[in-house]
This record gives sequence, C-alpha cells and structure tokens, in this order.
Amino acid sequence: MKGGAGRRSTLPGFGLTMGLTLTWLSLIILIPLAGLFFKTFELSLDQFWTILTSRRTLSALRVSFGLAFAAALVNLVMGTIVVWALVRYRFPGRRIFDAIVDIPFALPTAVAGVALTALFAQTGWLGAPLAQLGIKVAFTPVGIFVAMIFIGIPFVVRTVQPVLIDLDAEVEEAAASLGANRWQTITRVILPSLIPALMTGFALAFARAVGEYGSVIFIAGNLPNVSEIAPLLIVIRLSEFRYADATAIAVVMLVASFLIIFVVNRIQRWAQTRIPAH
Amino acid sequence: MNSVRADSRTEPRIVRILIIAIALIFLTVFVALPLVVVFAQAFSKGLGAYFAAALGEPEALSAIRLTLLTAAISVSLNLVFGVIAAWAVSKFEFRGKTLLITLIDLPFSVSPVISGLVYVLLFGAQGYWGPWLQSHNIYILFALPGIALATTFVTFPFVARALIPLMQEQGTQEEEAAISLGASGLQTFFRVTLPNVKWGVLYGVLLCNARAMGEFGAVSVVSGHIRGETNTMPLLVEILYNEYQFVSSFAIASLLAMLALITLIAKTILERNLDEGQLSGGD
Repeated sequence: MKGGAGRRSTLPGFGLTMGLTLTWLSLIILIPLAGLFFKTFELSLDQFWTILTSRRTLSALRVSFGLAFAAALVNLVMGTIVVWALVRYRFPGRRIFDAIVDIPFALPTAVAGVALTALFAQTGWLGAPLAQLGIKVAFTPVGIFVAMIFIGIPFVVRTVQPVLIDLDAEVEEAAASLGANRWQTITRVILPSLIPALMTGFALAFARAVGEYGSVIFIAGNLPNVSEIAPLLIVIRLSEFRYADATAIAVVMLVASFLIIFVVNRIQRWAQTRIPAH
Repeated sequence: MNSVRADSRTEPRIVRILIIAIALIFLTVFVALPLVVVFAQAFSKGLGAYFAAALGEPEALSAIRLTLLTAAISVSLNLVFGVIAAWAVSKFEFRGKTLLITLIDLPFSVSPVISGLVYVLLFGAQGYWGPWLQSHNIYILFALPGIALATTFVTFPFVARALIPLMQEQGTQEEEAAISLGASGLQTFFRVTLPNVKWGVLYGVLLCNARAMGEFGAVSVVSGHIRGETNTMPLLVEILYNEYQFVSSFAIASLLAMLALITLIAKTILERNLDEGQLSGGD
C-alpha cells in the first residue's frame, strides 16, 4: 500500500493516518462483516440451501428484490422528469422543491414509515380517496412499493442532476442547427449522455430499496409469503433465535449489495472513458 | 419553428407546463406530504396532548436522552476518523485508493438490519465473543455500547465522504508550503487544511448527526427494546405506534421530523457556502 507514498507528496502523516484509517475501518466495518460470512460457513451447504429455498425465504427475497426493482424503474422515469423540471425550467418555488427532494434522505425511516402509513391508510388523506376507487395501498404489497419509491427518489435526482447541469449547451444547439427537431435532440443527444448517471441512480435506488426496513415495515402489512420483506424476515428469525436462518438471508442480501457496488463502479469507469465523446 | 436559436434548447410551452406539473405533483404526493402528515397527526389532539406526549412522559425523555448520547458518541468518533481517513486518502497517492474509498462507502449499501445483525453475531449470546463477555459481565448488546456501535457503522462514511472530494480538489500545495516553512504536521493541519475545509466538516457532521439520531433498522436489532432504557426516539415511535398511541408516536416522530427539517435547511445553506460542484452529487 505504501508503494507510491511520498513520491508525489512531502506531507507528513501518511503512515499514521493510513494505519488509523485501516484499523478503524477493520474494527467497525470489515471484521463484523467478515463475521457474517464466517458464521455462514458454519452451515453445511445443504442447510444453507434448505433455508434459502424455503417458501417463506424465497417469497421475502422476491418481495424485496422484485418491488425494489419496480420502484427503481418508477424512480428512474419520475426522477428524470423531476431533474428536467428543476434544471431546465424556471417556476415559482423551484428552490423549495429542489430542497424537498432530500426529505427521504433526511427524514428518519421510522418516521417516514408511520407517516406513509397514516397517509395511505383507508382513513388517510390519500388512502381514503384511493379506497373509493377500490385501490388498497397500506398493508398490501402496493404499500411496500410506495415506500420504496419514496426512499429511492433522491438517489436518481441527485445523481442525474449535476450531469444535466454540466451538459454542454453547444451540442444541443449543433443538433438543432443540423435539422434535428427537439424530440430527436432529446432522445438522440441528451438522453444518451445521461445514461451512465441514470444507470447509477437506478442502481443506488434499487440497492437502497432492497435493504430498506424502517419506512417499509409499517405500511407493508407484513403477511408472510405476501408482504413480508427480506430484512424483516431477518429480524423475525433473530427474535426466534434462528441465527442460521437470519445469517443465510443476510449473506444473500450482502452479496447482492456487493454486486450492485461493483456494477456502479463499472458504470462510473465507463462514464469516465466516455467523457471525450461529448 | 422560425428561430432555431431561440427554440433549440427548450420545449413547447404545453410540454413545459406538463413536465413541471408532473414533477411537482409527484414530489408533493410522495415526498412532501409524508412530512406534513407527521405534524398534522402529532397536533391532531391539540397542543396540550402534544407536549404531554412529547416531553411529559419519562419514557420519551429517556429516549431523547439516549438518542442524544448515541449521536454524540457516533458523530465524534466518525468526525475524528473521517478527518483522518480524508487526510490519508486525499493528500497522498497510493495503490488501492479506489478500493479503500469503496470500503469506506460500504455501509451505505448494506441493509440497516444487516448492520445490526453483524454485531449480534459478534456479541450476542450465541455470538463469537458473547459467552466470554457474559462471563466477564460486559454488556454490549441490548445496551448503550451496541447501540452506539451499530449507529457508528451506519454513519461511518458521512464525514470522510464529505471531505475527500473537497480536500482532493484543494491539492497539497498550501500544506507543502507550510511544511517547508517549518510548520509541524499538526500545525499544518489545524492552521492550513482545516480552515479550508471547515464547511465540508460541518456538512459531514450535519448529515452524520441526522442519520445517527434517526437510525432505526440497525439500532432496532441490537437494542433489545428495554423500556425506558434502550429505546431511542425512532424505536419509541415504533413501540407507541404499535400500541395505537398515535398522538404520542407522532409527537416523538415530529421531533425527529423537525430535526430533519433543520438539517435540510442547514444543508442548503452550507451547500451554497461550498463549491456547488463538489457536494451536489453526494448524498
């Protein structure tokens, strides 16, 4: 690790600060996470497989991953519209709406959970009119979907926004002066240069929604096999002292997180090599 | 379309209005209303009931105290180590830097429940060190140390992440000048580096603190929910809610929502103080 240190910098403290950083990182993050993997190795492959393929585990994983994917898709579309409105148009209250985007980051998840439930319950401000239309949101998988949209939207907006702001105006003007109509300019020139940011935002929103707990469990209904998310099943297994079950589900989710991080890093690298193109 | 120049970077009026309307309705319904509903519910039985629930109950006070204490511990730990990590990462070149930054960011991608679970596996009765700790009467799980540890885990990246891009941008020239003029490393840090990144430090601490006070999933797993002892404010929100004490639950929730609002306002002000491009991409 110390390979290049000192060559480009004459500043002191590399060894000390790097040592402290690695120690702290290991103590708080790496050793506890490694413990999770070691605990899994105590299971035989057979046990591991039985836990993961049990109906309840599979359902919970399907609910978490499936609905997170659907919610991230909605966030991708709505996030793009929100970014477009915030960056390209001027309207009263724009700055306030820009700040509002961060509410899901700032609001504690348990607070978001009880608030969304109150809002979408059959007596709630939105739940009541929806119930008249025959749509039930709270205590159904739709509620999980709604909570995941709430929690994921800032990831898409805050990832795409700076890229759209930095987009060169000249490229658009060139496209227009070459005879492209506005729709062609947007779909063939602007959107392609946003693709890495859109993919990153989608991946981050998806990752967050898959692991989300607090804002989901109140509105979910938590019916096993129907509206039970994987993180909740981990908590339930822990409370039943079925540590092996909890660990096995957690490892699957952790590996999924690692995969998403890997994909995001790849996209970032790909985006950097694309820069000269626009 | 008679003038290419005027029309080339915007859409027809009707499309503009439509896009703005969709964006604003979406943000209002999915993002703003949940915040509003917290206060509406909290004050639904009047001010008296609100204050009695939020500040009158010993359980509420104990939760507020525990939340403040936990945040104080986690934020100060992550402040110190975040600054140290940012110095190591941003002022030196070394192999594996991208990997190190990815590892620092890791807690953002891990489910909060898993962040709590890993400590249960280490310190729990069936965990690696649980039996030894128990025989020595050291209590980590279902007590303050476990809650502080889990909170430190989930808030680990905030300070480092706010500082690394900022300190990288500023380079090392000023620090090198200070060193060559005879300043010590610590003097250089406190007199040169820190004044340059003070808003970034504040930004990181602000977000770290908001998450520390609001963390639910990770703390829920390690807390044990001992009434009046190991319940933080978010956990109390859940308990009261499940007991159908909605006014009390939303009263505590409203305190946390106010913290979120203050955090958002302060964040907006800080972002104006900081170089826009530096932090707008962060979360």
